[in-house]
Amino acid sequence: MSDPNGLIQPGRPAPGFTLPATPDGGPIGPEQFRGQPVVLAFYPADWSPVCGDQMSLYQSAAPVFAQYKAVVLGVSVDSIWSHRAFAESRGIEFPLLADFEPKGEVARRYGAYNAQGEADRALVVLDPTGKVTWSYLSPPDVNPGADGIFDALDQLAADRKVMAG
Amino acid sequence: MTTPLQVTARLRDPVTTEDHIRGPADAAVTIVEYGDFQCQFCGAAYPNLHEVLRQRTDTVRLVYRYFPIANVHPYAERAAETAEAAAVRGRFWEMHDWLYEHQDQLDPVHLSLGVEQVGLPPDELNAEVESRAHADRVRRDFVGGIRSGVNGTPTLFVNGVRHEGGYDLPDLLAAVDAASNA
Repeated sequence: MSDPNGLIQPGRPAPGFTLPATPDGGPIGPEQFRGQPVVLAFYPADWSPVCGDQMSLYQSAAPVFAQYKAVVLGVSVDSIWSHRAFAESRGIEFPLLADFEPKGEVARRYGAYNAQGEADRALVVLDPTGKVTWSYLSPPDVNPGADGIFDALDQLAADRKVMAG
Repeated sequence: MTTPLQVTARLRDPVTTEDHIRGPADAAVTIVEYGDFQCQFCGAAYPNLHEVLRQRTDTVRLVYRYFPIANVHPYAERAAETAEAAAVRGRFWEMHDWLYEHQDQLDPVHLSLGVEQVGLPPDELNAEVESRAHADRVRRDFVGGIRSGVNGTPTLFVNGVRHEGGYDLPDLLAAVDAASNA
């Protein structure tokens, strides 16, 4: 079962995990990027048209993510082999994580797993301490773009400035 | 069950004199296009947008902003920067039209020929593009688009609201007419 409370909400600590990831299949998880904002982009499937556009968009926006020192991690239930071919075909350089075995385990823990056996199209932004600062569930056929992510990253940057001041 | 949130994306960067604008300054309807010169869907929308401008001459103006998806379209950034180099010389729309009319010829060699056909000095433009003289301008459009919720190309904003319909002529005319009557 997916988390009965639905998609993980702001204020909660993000469940820890590591998953095999592109490009080399080594395990990657949010904990290793503490001190930086982490964007988890859950998506239904490699190769589907909307997912291809969405992940391509995030790759194109890499210089903008870099300004925030933010890390983007794509997560779907596809295997590392599918991820690898997909990433190569689209020129995607950020890690794609394989939530493949046990299938959808990580997506379930974030409340982003659906009855079709795929991850929902969900965005989760973690602050540098690993707490959820923003989350958004998109209809599966709608590419949510990146404006919500950048608004969340702006908010984080503003909060940090207040704390420093 | 979480209810999916529907958002209406709105244009965040207002149109300014820095923009590339075709059509009357006092037009009732402004279409802002975020486009990628190598994107086939933009290429398909191009003649339709042209026709909209022709059929609604007094009503509509078109603003073009760069949104190259560089990882899938290897020539898109270079094409955008070339268009900007043409813009600096007052020839943006001529270059824009050439690029959309020759989408299968955007490699550097053919692009140089295009620059020449538009009546600009290819060596001079090439040097500017090579030195990335116009990269910041293209990047600025791209980032503004991202912030406005642009999620692919083409994305159109009709009087500031994202156009969710198709890019066929009837769809575009309907969107323009609805906006001009609003």
